[in-house]
Amino acid sequence: MHRYIIKRLIMLIPVLLGVAFIIFAIMNVAEGDPVYQVAGPDATEEQLDALREEMGLNGSLIQRYFRYIGNLLRGDLGTSYISRMDVMQLYLLRLPNTLRLASIAMVVAVIISVPLGIVAAVNQNSWKDTIAMVLALLGLSMPNFWLGLLLIILFSLKLGWFPSGGAEGVVSVVLPAVTVGVGLAALLTRTTRSSMLDVLRQDYLRTARAKGVSENNVVMHHALRNALIPIITIFGVQFSNVLGGSVLAETVFAWPGVGRLVVDAIDQRDIPTVTGALVMTTMLVTVVNLLVDIVYAYVDPRIKAQYTK
Amino acid sequence: MADNILEVKNLKKYFKTSRGMLHAVDDINFTIERGKTLGLVGESGCGKSTTGRVILRLIEPTSGEVLFEGKDVTKLSKREMRHMRKDMQIIFQDPFSSLDPKKTVSQIIAEPIRENRILTGKENIERRVLELMETVGLAERYINTYPHELDGGRRQRIGIARALAMEPKLIICDEPVSALDVSIQAQILNLLKELQEKLGLTYIFITHDLSVVNHFSDDIAVMYLGQIVEKAPAEELFEHPVHPYTQALLSAIPIPELGHRRERVKLKGEITSPVEPPAECRFAKRCLECNEKICKASVPKLIEISPNHFIACPLKQQEMGFKI
Repeated sequence: MHRYIIKRLIMLIPVLLGVAFIIFAIMNVAEGDPVYQVAGPDATEEQLDALREEMGLNGSLIQRYFRYIGNLLRGDLGTSYISRMDVMQLYLLRLPNTLRLASIAMVVAVIISVPLGIVAAVNQNSWKDTIAMVLALLGLSMPNFWLGLLLIILFSLKLGWFPSGGAEGVVSVVLPAVTVGVGLAALLTRTTRSSMLDVLRQDYLRTARAKGVSENNVVMHHALRNALIPIITIFGVQFSNVLGGSVLAETVFAWPGVGRLVVDAIDQRDIPTVTGALVMTTMLVTVVNLLVDIVYAYVDPRIKAQYTK
Repeated sequence: MADNILEVKNLKKYFKTSRGMLHAVDDINFTIERGKTLGLVGESGCGKSTTGRVILRLIEPTSGEVLFEGKDVTKLSKREMRHMRKDMQIIFQDPFSSLDPKKTVSQIIAEPIRENRILTGKENIERRVLELMETVGLAERYINTYPHELDGGRRQRIGIARALAMEPKLIICDEPVSALDVSIQAQILNLLKELQEKLGLTYIFITHDLSVVNHFSDDIAVMYLGQIVEKAPAEELFEHPVHPYTQALLSAIPIPELGHRRERVKLKGEITSPVEPPAECRFAKRCLECNEKICKASVPKLIEISPNHFIACPLKQQEMGFKI
């Protein structure tokens, strides 16, 4: 098991280098020369060259890439063109806000969706199932920025229960978290339901009933435990989507997280900030995916056996 | 009077399908004496497994009675039924899919003990699990393994230990060896036989393999499309099969002897659909001796033609001088 984890960690390195290169290359293609932007229209050719040197923009794309990776390994993501602050610092300042939003959204989504999916599966084709599936369909099809706006109209403007933006106090997280979490909850409800339906038909559930196990225990101990793998998979994969969704939600709700940081940086053509934030976020997602793979092993002894081979 | 542990009366199980009611089990009657084995044989899809499951109410019956020690289990509440499962257990056909892949051997065997509060206390339960493993011939070292790490024979031993854990009086063996290699089949059959002698168990042995059931059963009931067509003591059935379907089945058993060939009764024709079947002999369409007038007149009744030998063939019944 430990060997497996170490192997996977080593495999992360080429993945991250590749991803960093793609992001770096795209950002370089997309920009005009940022030197003009920073220096202003009146700068002389010498000033521009000096600035280029100072901003690390001299040399070929490949040279700059390796310079960037070298700095990255030392934890240096460069300096923001706009605020002149260290990008790593900017990122770390915003990250807790985003993680708070994302984790609350995910926890709430799981608390709602897994029981809902179980109830839907156990009562397949009943009215409970229908209601759960209609809710899930709604949740999946609603674009979350639009949902965010609707929530603001109803709960902030009309009812005044929650603030429409900002990150002050516990209540301010409610609307953004709902906005981010609804899509995930809908997807998890559907996944839980279909996975449970699959397991509920298995022979070993009949065995459990024949043993005289109560129906509750049959569903919770035998069925749910076996149905968990697809649920965990979706949960893990959706982590990146939640981060993506939070970019929109953070914009709608003026939530000072990484999403807002990136969106603002794009507006201001702040290349180092965008690149740095994307590279860091990619790392985060990759590590989360690894964690999900490790969790599999603890949930399913058959997968553990494969890992240790 | 015989000590009948189980009495099944007019048991029916119909399934709703888009084309109408599927008569999976249609008006079945039989009794089993305590400590004996009833073999339930028939081809795939004849309703033998459904019969076993309906008796245990793993599937709810459509109508009929199942009297276990005189008590009708079909009338019990869910809670009473769970209590009743202590006495009536089942061993499933497929030892691969019928065990929860996420539980270890000891968890699988201990669960019924714990759930039904047969024993309490961790040590007591563990001692009992080890005892059961020894009874079914599973080495102690397998106690913490998972089912997927074991072969079919050992898995089936888990299934048996798990059934025995509740100290049942009746065990329904639903094709317990058909998924196993022939060499292992013999081991498991011998084990079941030994357990019966030691613990005084009663078995309903469901199988499509007549040679298995011959060595194992006191009585044999032959099923065809949801109905019992012939029922007799094993020896009698093998020596004097009367129903044309039983005769055809028996002629299909290979004889392990060079140059010895038995004349094979080959069945032709279409199998009657179990969905809304007509009120006639369900075997009529494939029967070589079918007489349109007699066989398609009504649903055949099971009649005792000699002591303990029942058949449901109107033609044979008439030939023997019984009124139908």
